[in-house]
Amino acid sequence: MSKETKVIELEEVAIRFSGDSGDGMQLTGTLFSDASALIGNDISTFPDYPSEIRAPQGTVGGVSGFQVQFGTRRVTTPGDYAHVLVAMNPAAVKANAPFMRPGGTIIYDQDSFTEKNFQKAKFSTDNPFEELQLDDYFKIPVPITTLTREALKDFGLDNKSILRSKNMFALGLVSWMFDRPMDYMESFIQNKFKKKPAVVEANLKVLRSGWNYGMNMQHMTPRYIVHPAAIEHGTYRNINGNLATAWGLLAAAEKANLELFLGSYPITPATEVLQALSARKDLGVKTFQAEDEIAGISTTIGAAFAGDLAVTSTSGPGLALKSEALGLSVMAELPLVLVNVQRGGPSTGLPTKTEQSDLLQALYGRNGESPVVVLAASTPSDCFHYAFHAAKIALERMVPVILMTDGFLGNGSEPWRIPKMADMPTITPRIAKNAETYKPYARDEETLSREWAYPGMDGFQHRIGGLEKDLMGNVSHDPENHQKMVEIRAEKVKRVVDMVPELEVCGEQEGDLLVVSWGGTFGHMESAVREMRSLDHKIGLAHFNYINPLPANVHEVFSRFKKIIVCELNMGQFAAYLRDKEPDFKYEQFNKVKGLPFTVHELCEKFEQLLEE
Amino acid sequence: MAEELALTIKDFKSENEVRWCPGCGDHAILNAIQKAMASLNIAHKDYAVISGIGCSSRFPYYMSTYGFHTIHGRAAAVASGVKCANPNLCVWEITGDGDALAIGGNHFIHLIRRNIDINVILFNNKIYGLTKGQYSPTSDRGFVTKTSPYGTVEDPFVPGQLVLGARGTFFARSVDNNIKLSQEIFEEAAKHKGASVVEVLQNCMIYNNGIHAAITDPKMKKEHQLMLKHGEPMIFGENEDKGLVLECGRLKVVKIGEDGVTRDDILVHDVTEPNGFVHQLLINMALPDFPVAMGVIRAVPGPSYDEAMVAQIEEVKSTAKIKCVDDLLTSGNTWVVE
Ligand SMILES: Cc1ncc(C[n+]2csc(CCOP(=O)(O)OP(=O)(O)O)c2C)c(N)n1
Ligand code: SF4
Ligand SMILES: [Mg+2]
Repeated sequence: MSKETKVIELEEVAIRFSGDSGDGMQLTGTLFSDASALIGNDISTFPDYPSEIRAPQGTVGGVSGFQVQFGTRRVTTPGDYAHVLVAMNPAAVKANAPFMRPGGTIIYDQDSFTEKNFQKAKFSTDNPFEELQLDDYFKIPVPITTLTREALKDFGLDNKSILRSKNMFALGLVSWMFDRPMDYMESFIQNKFKKKPAVVEANLKVLRSGWNYGMNMQHMTPRYIVHPAAIEHGTYRNINGNLATAWGLLAAAEKANLELFLGSYPITPATEVLQALSARKDLGVKTFQAEDEIAGISTTIGAAFAGDLAVTSTSGPGLALKSEALGLSVMAELPLVLVNVQRGGPSTGLPTKTEQSDLLQALYGRNGESPVVVLAASTPSDCFHYAFHAAKIALERMVPVILMTDGFLGNGSEPWRIPKMADMPTITPRIAKNAETYKPYARDEETLSREWAYPGMDGFQHRIGGLEKDLMGNVSHDPENHQKMVEIRAEKVKRVVDMVPELEVCGEQEGDLLVVSWGGTFGHMESAVREMRSLDHKIGLAHFNYINPLPANVHEVFSRFKKIIVCELNMGQFAAYLRDKEPDFKYEQFNKVKGLPFTVHELCEKFEQLLEE
Repeated sequence: MAEELALTIKDFKSENEVRWCPGCGDHAILNAIQKAMASLNIAHKDYAVISGIGCSSRFPYYMSTYGFHTIHGRAAAVASGVKCANPNLCVWEITGDGDALAIGGNHFIHLIRRNIDINVILFNNKIYGLTKGQYSPTSDRGFVTKTSPYGTVEDPFVPGQLVLGARGTFFARSVDNNIKLSQEIFEEAAKHKGASVVEVLQNCMIYNNGIHAAITDPKMKKEHQLMLKHGEPMIFGENEDKGLVLECGRLKVVKIGEDGVTRDDILVHDVTEPNGFVHQLLINMALPDFPVAMGVIRAVPGPSYDEAMVAQIEEVKSTAKIKCVDDLLTSGNTWVVE
């Protein structure tokens, strides 16, 4: 039998790491992804974890997964289906079989394939692969538990600590298979457990054992080569959407020369925005962990009244709690940014899963005529850009702005070319200058935005509030005034359109089918349209980042195509909105509410079908 | 010390017509706050008055300072944001018994627990005034209103108890018709570093007239109110001959000169005692067995949130490697693509 390793060259590979939520698969996946980005692959990642922190061990409900796709060309999604599955137990195989590419490779911990674990995972036979019809898959059984134990036998560690380092064995093995550099992972471990040298040693030992195992078992394990991607030159880092959002806000505060205040209450999947900004005391950020979401936005409104760049972050249920106060910021015309990291709803819904079903809540979920600006980021890294622009619009136009991201963007990561602050646009808050002539609700003729004066500024003392008001901010019940004010607040938001870039179409500029999407689905939409074009279809993609107001050229773009299909992870909220705003067109819909992103495959299928009709 | 600003009450009046009902207790409280602000030697531009919703919460419109009439129950949270955004400001929260203790109860206790340096003036008329007379969380059990035509079947909050329960560092009580007392207390509240809660017993002429009459009636005032002063014995009564003593963990009213009781036996008020035991007993005193405690009941020093927040930022900044956003963006794992 030949001892040669089989070497497979690929343009892109998707790997899914999975195990019990206690198995450390998120860390394994993250380290692997970072190392891939470091050697120049383009990557896209997606963690998929259960909402219970520790669901019963060994059960399908307790499986935590992390998928990464990396490649030689631009990678826009974590991949519909994985080429390689790393499964730490039978439940992980069961939970992830649907996400596997036919004929893919499954590396699994042989030691965990016991009768007890089959039962926990609710297999009815003792052959899980047969039961799941995975016979054609390439299976690599590895006694991970035994080998980890063996590697650590002289370390005097307790059983729990030994089992906890199993993930390092898997990481080492997979790193060998894909030729990832070990030094990155090693220095990460050294840093993370700096204070516990014994733990460092143990983890390093297991990591190397995994690598060596791959090398020694060459005949069994194929080796893959994925060449670095050709990407724009510059300095890069890996970033997920929540961190990018937090940093975009920091960048805006620096550009606007304002202090940054964040009032927030923890909620999945938005918590990391609060955590990331709490860590930035070095940049003077004031984070306020409020008693609830109402206090989150109310403190934010207070900070906006007092002259800070004021931000509140949340997810769907929290957005619901913030509605009344958001209306106050509409009425008072204060600049603030509300970041909504969407998750599956309604109610508590699917906290850890992604969805785009808060759109109508963001647009309309308030009492009274209460328009706000709504933006949506489209990739993990462009959360930075849209957070920055949300703040710019809020400060320059004295309006509340909602920035929509979602769990897929928030937790997903990709390499990001680091911008320089000097290249970022300026932000000029509308701070009042002339106390003699200051009137709180006097407006700029062009933009209809008022001027901002806050406590501490001498000579500008004034009162504002949630009651309808006149030019001076004083209460007015005059019917004519109310009508006028409602119209002005709406018109002010409409005029933000001059800060909104024109809608661009990717792919064909005119033709048979225009695919319309918004927010976090961009990567999948782009891949699908690219694939369809490679099959010579006349198809284009219009992806929206500016929801309210819409870009000025929507009508013109839509007119260039024979058919339009609106794809979104909800039951058709954006489609409904477009029917209202651009009623001259017929909108087909493709909707999905499974708590999962689209797959490129299902999108292409749908487009094919529509083009054939 | 900064030079005297020489502000007067006139500097704090706004041009807006005051719209409270004639005879409403709110007028007098407005007056007392304006007097207190004028005498505090704080720059006019640095006052911010934040209110919720209710009759009392119309207050900011009647002031010439920066003011914000927010939404029902949320004044405490909005005020917290104002103070954090600019800790130099002197922030006042104006709130009613419904605003602070019903819809805003959560924000009320958390503001106190955090000890943010805000002066909370709680207008307690034991009724919802603005919505025309429903019972409130401070209405007594059995109280008959439009929403309790057969009397309520629930017990009220005693605001001071909530303040203590939330680890409050400052609590005082006044009555609307004693402007001098209110002014003194407001000044003390403003000087206290941390959350200061002042409960003002306020008369609603229209929907709850006379609810505090037994306490505020000028003829009975000396008998029914105990004016607390730090460092002084707790003495009250027309002839200043009644006092409080502590017996078996309970307060007891005694008569000086009877049963061998002398002035020296009377409890001496200590606002700074961290253990809230006696403060709690004082807060709970009610007619007819006891006089109602007035004045500053508790004022203990403690770290304020806003000061701690600023100090923490300064400390982290002093040794930080990351000084600007460019530093941040390029920190940690980065790589160069040529
Ligand atoms: C969200 C919301 N719920 C209810 C109301 C109606 N509301 C306005 S003021 C008020 C109660 C006011 O009572 P209180 O706080 O004691 O103030 P007072 O009028 O007695 O000074 C109520 C229920 C409202 N404005 N907003
Ligand atoms: S209704 Fe009562 S509380 Fe309201 S203004 Fe009139 S008297 Fe004052
Ligand atoms: Mg009231």
